[in-house]
Amino acid sequence: MQMFNEEIQGQLKEIFQELKGDVTIALFTKEGECPTCEETLAYMQEVEALSDKIHLATYDIQKDDALAKEYNIQMVPSIVLLNEKNEYHGVKFNGIPAGHEINSFIPALLEVSGQESEVPAELAERIKKINKPVNIKVFITLSCPHCPGAVQKAHKLALMNPMIEAEMIEAETFGELSMKHNVSGVPKIVFNDELDLLGNQPIQEFLNTMEKIS
Amino acid sequence: MSFSFQIDLNKGTVQKNKQTLDPETLYDVLIVGGGPSGLNATLYAKRKGLNVGIITKRQGGLLLDTSMVDNYLGIQEMSGEAMAQEFLNHVHTLDIPMKDDSEVIGYKKMDEIHFLTLYSGEVFQGKTILIATGSNPRHLGVKGEDTYAGRGVAYCAICDAPLFKGKEVLIAGGGNSAVEAALDLAKVATSVTLVHRSQLRADSILIKKLYEEPKITVHLETQITEIFGEKAMEGLRALHKPTGEEKTLYADGLFIEIGHVPNTGVFKNLLTLNDQGEILVDVKNRTNLPGVYAAGDVTNVPYKQIVIAASDGAKAALSMNEYLNSK
Repeated sequence: MQMFNEEIQGQLKEIFQELKGDVTIALFTKEGECPTCEETLAYMQEVEALSDKIHLATYDIQKDDALAKEYNIQMVPSIVLLNEKNEYHGVKFNGIPAGHEINSFIPALLEVSGQESEVPAELAERIKKINKPVNIKVFITLSCPHCPGAVQKAHKLALMNPMIEAEMIEAETFGELSMKHNVSGVPKIVFNDELDLLGNQPIQEFLNTMEKIS
Repeated sequence: MSFSFQIDLNKGTVQKNKQTLDPETLYDVLIVGGGPSGLNATLYAKRKGLNVGIITKRQGGLLLDTSMVDNYLGIQEMSGEAMAQEFLNHVHTLDIPMKDDSEVIGYKKMDEIHFLTLYSGEVFQGKTILIATGSNPRHLGVKGEDTYAGRGVAYCAICDAPLFKGKEVLIAGGGNSAVEAALDLAKVATSVTLVHRSQLRADSILIKKLYEEPKITVHLETQITEIFGEKAMEGLRALHKPTGEEKTLYADGLFIEIGHVPNTGVFKNLLTLNDQGEILVDVKNRTNLPGVYAAGDVTNVPYKQIVIAASDGAKAALSMNEYLNSK
């Protein structure tokens, strides 16, 4: 099944002209027991076909367990984005980034390719000062218009500081994990599985929360 | 789950050849707010030849959280989001510099110039400013509401409905938004109970649909007094006003759709407001401060409707043009 119609393909091709360097989509799936893996793979194949700079590498969470461990893959489908040196900088998507979430997936591709958006100097300094490992989970639904904003900010933080890892989690696919974190409203942003923020918060609020982590 | 794609080409990082708002430029008109009012004001101001820029928290504003719009003349039925996209596409054809995802936290006026400071610390300047910051969802103000916000208590039906698949939900409110939320949730939830303190004031066309949906139960004249639960919300207590009977309703979630409060933010203490906290404007959208205008849901203009907010924005821009020409 074709996921993108011609109009969307055209729009995406134009956007991908902005890709600076190469970027690899590393997709982890699993045989069976993964209701959205097939669609996610089809979606990523279509994305790959839209630019010479985008490469798709597919892995199995069990067969490629060493690599899965390296990227801290816990569930499937899971996508990590690698830069042109094949390095992982903490930009991860768990579940299919379709619906509104395409609006966090495209910017992530651009940013990882080196097409970086600017952050005011004062904020950049605070981001770089975070010196403890921080895992940011952003729970979303595909019908939420303001969720991509939260995901984008989390990913931006990860790209700017190697101590930070940021993952989108599609709450419907990963219902159990969402229940564990009491997710009944999105976006819900969870830091190191202990502190949380509700709603698409400004980057300053992300920082205020991360600075509390000791 | 739907796998369709809603690409937002106006998002800052996606948009090509984007115009950025420049701190060095003294804009004729700086617009705060990217909803129907702010966007229409932009269109009108630009067409008058004014140098205009927008600062917004969210491009499209509250329209993005609206599931269906079927009362905007000329548009029979369109999702709020698609409509926001149309508005934005129109504005972007005019190459308007826009600062997205930004909130104004400081205002000062010096030598007839208005300075707006953002949360990020950046400062922008305008000869006039338009406050079109809209409104935020109103809270019930009952015990348990804050405790269970995000733990069952929700304010955005289209965002959070998928999380209530196969669950039981309550809706608080009796206007169009509440009825639309009930109808939307009935598509995924096993049961929907609408609780409202008085009579329904939604459009009769929606009320008809509400009563036709077998999954929905309606409690009118019923005032919510408390939301209870443990780790997450478990239900609410309410008072049936005509009989004085106390009711306990159990559910996994409560969507609060009881209208909105004006988002006056930093301007709260600078401008004259009415009893509802709305910015008082005259027929030409002037506030009590010269050069400071306001339009749309944040003002005392009655009836919060997309078409009214949009037209109010147009009116404000024309009025600002008149003011700038007279100087």
